[in-house]
Amino acid sequence: MTEPSAARPVLDARGVAKRFGAVAALKDASLTIRAGEIVALMGANGAGKSTFVKILTGALRPDSGHIHLDGVDRRFASPAQARRSGIMPVYQEPSLIPDLDVRDNLRLVDVAAEPFRHWVRELGITDLRLDARIAQLPLATLRILDLALTLAKEPNVLMLDEMTAALPADLVERVLTVIRGQADSGRSVIYISHRFAEIARVCNRASVLRDGVTVGDFVIEPGIEEKIVELMLGGVPVRAELAGRRASSATPSQAPRVRVSSLSAGSKLADVSFDLHKGEVLGVVALEGQGQDELFDVLAGFRRAQSGTIDVDGQAASFAHPADAIARGLTLVPGDRKDALLMLRSVRENIALPLLARPAKWGAIAMREEAAKVADAVARLQIDMRAQGEVRRLSGGNQQKVTIGRWVAAGVETLLLFDPTRGIDVRTKHQIYPLLRELAAQGASILFYTSELGEIALACDRAIVIFGGKVVDIIEAEHATEQNLMRAAYGLTEKQRPGARP
Amino acid sequence: MAATIEIAALPQRVGRVIRANPVIPLILLLFALVALLEGLQPGIFNERWVGNTIRFAIPLAMLAACQTLTMLTGGIDLSAGVVATISAFVVATLTPLVGGPSAIVLALVPAILMGLVNGFGVGICRVHPLIMTLGTGLIGTGCLQVYQRYVINTGSEIPGMFEWLGTGRTLGMPNALFLFVPFAILILWGLRRTGFGRLLYAMGANEKATRLSGVRSWQVLLALYTMSGLIAGLTGLLYVGIIRAPSLSLANSLMLPSVAAAVIGGTSIFGGRGSYSGTIVGALILTVLGTLLTLLQIPEGARRILFGAIILVVTALYVRITDQS
Repeated sequence: MTEPSAARPVLDARGVAKRFGAVAALKDASLTIRAGEIVALMGANGAGKSTFVKILTGALRPDSGHIHLDGVDRRFASPAQARRSGIMPVYQEPSLIPDLDVRDNLRLVDVAAEPFRHWVRELGITDLRLDARIAQLPLATLRILDLALTLAKEPNVLMLDEMTAALPADLVERVLTVIRGQADSGRSVIYISHRFAEIARVCNRASVLRDGVTVGDFVIEPGIEEKIVELMLGGVPVRAELAGRRASSATPSQAPRVRVSSLSAGSKLADVSFDLHKGEVLGVVALEGQGQDELFDVLAGFRRAQSGTIDVDGQAASFAHPADAIARGLTLVPGDRKDALLMLRSVRENIALPLLARPAKWGAIAMREEAAKVADAVARLQIDMRAQGEVRRLSGGNQQKVTIGRWVAAGVETLLLFDPTRGIDVRTKHQIYPLLRELAAQGASILFYTSELGEIALACDRAIVIFGGKVVDIIEAEHATEQNLMRAAYGLTEKQRPGARP
Repeated sequence: MAATIEIAALPQRVGRVIRANPVIPLILLLFALVALLEGLQPGIFNERWVGNTIRFAIPLAMLAACQTLTMLTGGIDLSAGVVATISAFVVATLTPLVGGPSAIVLALVPAILMGLVNGFGVGICRVHPLIMTLGTGLIGTGCLQVYQRYVINTGSEIPGMFEWLGTGRTLGMPNALFLFVPFAILILWGLRRTGFGRLLYAMGANEKATRLSGVRSWQVLLALYTMSGLIAGLTGLLYVGIIRAPSLSLANSLMLPSVAAAVIGGTSIFGGRGSYSGTIVGALILTVLGTLLTLLQIPEGARRILFGAIILVVTALYVRITDQS
């Protein structure tokens, strides 16, 4: 409507509605996209994005509404049919089969090796071997492979669901460049993301969903962010006051809660040293695969260090099992929520799990005491308990709150957060930051790896930057602009040049 | 409009009630089978028949407890039948030599031992439970044959207590209930209200998450399989009291039905889901089904085919009714 281009839309969905039993997931969703356009589909978790996307890609059938493709009214009976019409999604979950190698996966989906390799290189992965087994590749690589696979099939409408969520900054750059190129060559992209910076860079328009209704369609221009966020949240104030911000007494003279010295593990973590103080939120910034996964695994007791030491409260620590780390107060919120949660069990059982871990606690459960601890964690994290019977029915943001709430109930000393806000909505993010500050103000120490650089300034006191398995910089929060962090993450602070990557 | 919504909501509400209480359709099925039986042979449904059915369902339900508990973690205990047989055989052959109480204690020793070995293999060596318990079951059978050669002349006698439990009646109901009711209450309570019970569900639902939460899974598995061995041993003692004729394959015929009872009762073989109340009803259903098929007077082969087919159909339907995810 607002586009000057008079071209007929490639895809035009109007008044799409879908109910699941008593729940109306989608009431009146619309989306128009023309050739050469990138349109952002936005909305808080639970707004109906996933349902809408599933309908557009043929995975679900709408109860009402029309989908016009190239001017023809279409109803897709299956994702395969939608694919044949040129609508191809790349979902958050990697679609490749873990036990096969890359080449066999290509055969399965009937994609030739050459266009695929071209796109893989184009997307910034230069060292991919076609005989690599999928299970051995990192998540970020898998997502890139999924995208390359889809691009090789030459989609008319490419649908990207949180494509950059698990990606390090350098790969994000490449992805954005590539999809901009797709649009410039006349194809269309539907871009689902929570990240404004990326949307502002590549998208032409943004369509906003709230409670199953499309509430706005904007041309992207400077300053539009506030308006979109306001619309998505429906009047909830965006900038929550960060309680206890830097009220902490993190003075360097105090003995650190955790001192890591010359730690190395695997082939990536080479030599990392830092102090984590009581009452401090210490950010960790790193591009993909710089050793941060190994660092968190070692600190949480999931793997052994090759060399180096960890001191907790001044005493040497060595963890053979996560239980050892927990005994010393180091608790992990992992990068993938599915690794942490019992999806079929209740919120209560999930939160209470660590309380029952030791054989001494295997007897009768003190039900009242447990209920009180759980209720306290639920209240502090503002967990939505409407679907508390099974955690899998909770939204992503609420699930993440449950994994954090587990350690709040058990008593936090040192919390290790690995990208805890990945793929969750703005509202939940802005509930998590103040909580981290509050926990720190009460004496907890928090190590916070994030793939979203903007979060460092929002939640942390300092940030360490890891590059090539080593700490290359320590940046105070007031200097933690995205540019500074990005430069440091690329190893540009000292004498290293961009080409010096191992 | 309001009326149509109400009508549309009724099956949903029924579905919700069933999902919240998955035992209800099983109990309905049980009653349906009993009604069918009564229709085929009027008058069969009397106190004596009910007592007998319960008496034979009890050892099955106890052995199925081994399967329920291990299946909750995603495991299974295929040695349970052999363990029960060993305990039964040992107690019957040792009672004439050392007396009832000592024989009972000695009979439970191999049961616990085999459980410990299973737990060690599954929990510490990470052998798949199916292979591990199949292996120990085979070893146990072999040991029993060796043992039999040494005790061949001692004769056999069943401790008075288990004879009383196995054959006696109180107010028309089998005395086995004196053992089974406290046992069932303990298991039901243990699964809901103890840390160990919660961990069984948790390990089956997501072992990674339990590890992350500080659970050392080998501890849980060692305790679990040892407990399973003990339960199987106890079942053997009760069963030999009911049958009163020890043999080298006494409880083996209960083995597959014990797995079937747990599965029909809604316990998922992949772990994380199930309840012992379902298993108890499952054991009753299988026992009644057995009577029904005997009554039909069809050849043994056809009887087995029908038995297997019915188990498959019931399980498939039940999973469909209770899990509409």
